[in-house]
Amino acid sequence: MRRWLADRWVMGVALLVLGYLSLPIIVVAGLSFNRPSSRLSYDFNEFTLDNWTHPCATSDMCDALVRSMEIGLIATVVSTILGTLMAFALVRHGFRGRSGINGLIFLPMATPELVMGTSLLALFVAAGVPQGFWTIVIAHVMFCVSFVVVTVKARLAGMDRRLEEAAMDLYASEWQTFRRITLPLVLPGIVAAALLAFSLSFDDFIITNFNAGTTVTFPMYVWGAAQRGIPPQVNVIGTAMFAIALLLVGASSLRGRRARRAALAAPVAAVGAPTSAS
Amino acid sequence: MSALAHVPTPAGQPAAPPGVRRGRRRLLPYLLLLPGAAWLLVFFVLPLLQLAAASLYDPSGSLSTGYAMTGEVGNYWVALQAYWPQFARSFAYSAIALVLALLMGYPLAYAIAQKAGRWKNLLLVAVVAPMFTSFLVRTLAWKTILSDNGALVGLLRDVHLLGADGRLLATPFAVVLGLTYNFLPFLVLPLYASLERLDPRLLEAASDLYASPLRAFRRVTLPLSMPGLIAGTLLFFIPATGDYINAELLGTPNEYMIGNVIDSAFLVRLDYPQGAALSFLLMAAILAIVFVYLRRSGTEEVL
Amino acid sequence: MRTMGDETPAGDLRLANLTKRFGIFTAVDDLSLTIPQGSFFALLGASGCGKTTTLRMIAGLEEPTSGQVLLGDRDIAGLRPYKRPVNTVFQSYALFPHLDIHENVAFGLRRRGIRKVTDQVERMLALVQLEGYGRRKPAQLSGGQQQRVALARALINHPQVLLLDEPLGALDLKLRRQMQIELKRIQTEVGITFVHVTHDQEEAMTMADTVAVMNAGRIEQLGAPADIYEYPATAFVANFLGQSNLLAGEAAGHSGDDVAVTAHGARFSVPADRARTDQGTVFLGVRPEKLHLVSGPDEVPAGHQHVGGVVTDASYVGVSTQYLVRTAWGSELSAFAANSGAGGRLPVGAPVTAHWDPRHAFLLPRAAGEDDQTSPVLDEPPVGALS
Repeated sequence: MRRWLADRWVMGVALLVLGYLSLPIIVVAGLSFNRPSSRLSYDFNEFTLDNWTHPCATSDMCDALVRSMEIGLIATVVSTILGTLMAFALVRHGFRGRSGINGLIFLPMATPELVMGTSLLALFVAAGVPQGFWTIVIAHVMFCVSFVVVTVKARLAGMDRRLEEAAMDLYASEWQTFRRITLPLVLPGIVAAALLAFSLSFDDFIITNFNAGTTVTFPMYVWGAAQRGIPPQVNVIGTAMFAIALLLVGASSLRGRRARRAALAAPVAAVGAPTSAS
Repeated sequence: MSALAHVPTPAGQPAAPPGVRRGRRRLLPYLLLLPGAAWLLVFFVLPLLQLAAASLYDPSGSLSTGYAMTGEVGNYWVALQAYWPQFARSFAYSAIALVLALLMGYPLAYAIAQKAGRWKNLLLVAVVAPMFTSFLVRTLAWKTILSDNGALVGLLRDVHLLGADGRLLATPFAVVLGLTYNFLPFLVLPLYASLERLDPRLLEAASDLYASPLRAFRRVTLPLSMPGLIAGTLLFFIPATGDYINAELLGTPNEYMIGNVIDSAFLVRLDYPQGAALSFLLMAAILAIVFVYLRRSGTEEVL
Repeated sequence: MRTMGDETPAGDLRLANLTKRFGIFTAVDDLSLTIPQGSFFALLGASGCGKTTTLRMIAGLEEPTSGQVLLGDRDIAGLRPYKRPVNTVFQSYALFPHLDIHENVAFGLRRRGIRKVTDQVERMLALVQLEGYGRRKPAQLSGGQQQRVALARALINHPQVLLLDEPLGALDLKLRRQMQIELKRIQTEVGITFVHVTHDQEEAMTMADTVAVMNAGRIEQLGAPADIYEYPATAFVANFLGQSNLLAGEAAGHSGDDVAVTAHGARFSVPADRARTDQGTVFLGVRPEKLHLVSGPDEVPAGHQHVGGVVTDASYVGVSTQYLVRTAWGSELSAFAANSGAGGRLPVGAPVTAHWDPRHAFLLPRAAGEDDQTSPVLDEPPVGALS
């Protein structure tokens, strides 16, 4: 009995903690079927499908959602390109000032968002740049780049250099080697980095809040609505985002173990970044 | 096999003088780094400098009249005097949340890495997936869970853990709970990454060499998970200290942290010098703590 | 304009004063050698001796610090790897994990703009006995099969020189034996120059026509395996290629056709044509299988030379029994007695006399102060070391 307990208690605690981590998601999903009793009520009142059938009943929310997606897409593309190039330079080339560059990439991940947000605000105000859509994009690219670098770098560093040497040995020029061997093998890492960048951008509130001017993204809409009363459709969006994330993981696991590993490795690598930043 | 005779190998002319090739190769890394590094310099480093400058502006100026750069070091003193309770609260709340997160996160990471077997990926998804739902929406869900009319409060009142009019929402408890919840995955993932690399045979070797499970944990598991533990602690502590969403949504002004003050200094009171001074104080305090922490844990390679 | 392929006689591969330094470390030190066209050549050495660096310079994966790599009369040292008529079978194979076997093998042909590759790929897979494996991914193959894919992928290009970097290192012993024979068969069949890098002396001797033993960036000895084994040039070679009993002694010049040697107070002689030196400090060498054990000096055949000692260890290994014999001065000599059915086994502690035919001994130069060497040079690289 003691042995049985000793072997199992860790798993028991882990499942309790997972329950704690999942509870809000369950509540969000439940509230997405709720007809609230009043605008400021957060309690479950009555079951309804209206929120799912009319997700854009509050058009402000859907406008904000679309804006967040636009910003997310642009920020993802730009930061993925910039970060991937940097990752290649860091893994594949020797150059002077490597520790400086490593520091430049590490620091944004270790700086409180609040400080990044306020400092960009200070810069934009001092430079007289009007804040809005594009200042948000600039800010998002800034904090996504580091995560892209770390994710792609992990994938690239795990790649056997001899594969590229073998390609060159087999008559592939530098460009052909990159195109036929390096890129296909690093691609899962780049895709994972892009997904990570999109989710970081889409969900960012603090930095956006300081640099948005009058532009409203989805998190900013939720923040504003929290004071006035949350439309239940917000929970529909929250549930849908969770479902899409699960679908992506599910789809990647259908495509094979390697893809799933890469998809899971991305957040682990990115969040575990500081251990390997040097 | 005549098709094989195709590759022209110029005999007389060497392809490119190695020197030229090497020259171009030496330039390449800088070209690859340039766009990203420039972006970070202009939109990360430069703003920090601007923030430092703004914290020294003459506080009698305003956005409309403009600020004068007077090297006003006094801004820091004034800000600290006015808002030290919020500063202290920020660090106290995030420290308590960190302890709670460690107590929950270590067993979770350990179980996923070492005990989950074929369920490993599924459990990992269960940790990661919530992060894909909006941070704010999830935090608001806690408002429902902790609500005065909710099941949890009702239960606690029934067993007299809470008084008849006791509340969970709008208390320090709610804020700490929210902080713990929101940043727990950042602690768990790096911890998981280093625990996954732990060879279970090391624990068998330890127990073969007369170590009790507790000793094996202290002497083998814990030291080997140190890199992940350090990274996870920092990734938890830094954003938790700078957070103000939990205090705003789950607390009252009595639970406000320094983030709430900075937010209102920049966006409501429009007192830029003070906001900048507070931001800088926050960053300096966090950096100092991180530095001391890394020093004491003896891992400078993390930076 | 030259073309490459089987029509063009490649000519010999020559390395001329080839040197590679990494910082202050000299990996390959002024190396010069000629590898005849169509031969099976082995570069043998312990890890870190510079053999892999040499191979990589021939392949174009490493740029020489100085010196030339000549194929026929053409210096290819400055060419990029994909401009050289040289292909490599990499250590642990480096098969492209995202391409199937067919595309792995076809890779080189496709890069040279050849569209119709199926027939050639099929023929090549047949040569390495992997018909029908074309649609599999490398991860679905066993180690031995991957090894053969790597070989096919290189051979299909009909290189003038095929480089093999520890190609059998990842295989277990039985499979390694089988692949050694296989590789030799294929080399005879295609007639391409093979340059084979290995730290396994048995592998080198089994397969190669010519073996070069490398040590510290230089070649210690080059020749046919049997010649090197029977008459090593240096103490390193004597103990790296197989094992030797090297007794420290002094040579006293010629006496007739022999060189006279004094070692540990006794007098010996070695035929002059088996002496690398005839003066000063020397090693008197005898291979363990040439050392015979009898119970007393009176049983030593005429013309043989001998030393006395005591058996300290007897290991029965099936084909032979390997004895350690401690001499009066404390060295432990190795002696292998073939298990041919004649004679019983000697017990530990038995006093014996070890004797040998002087025509099987050899004489090597010895640095003053060096003592007897009777154990083999370890060729196992330390864990994590570069090969």
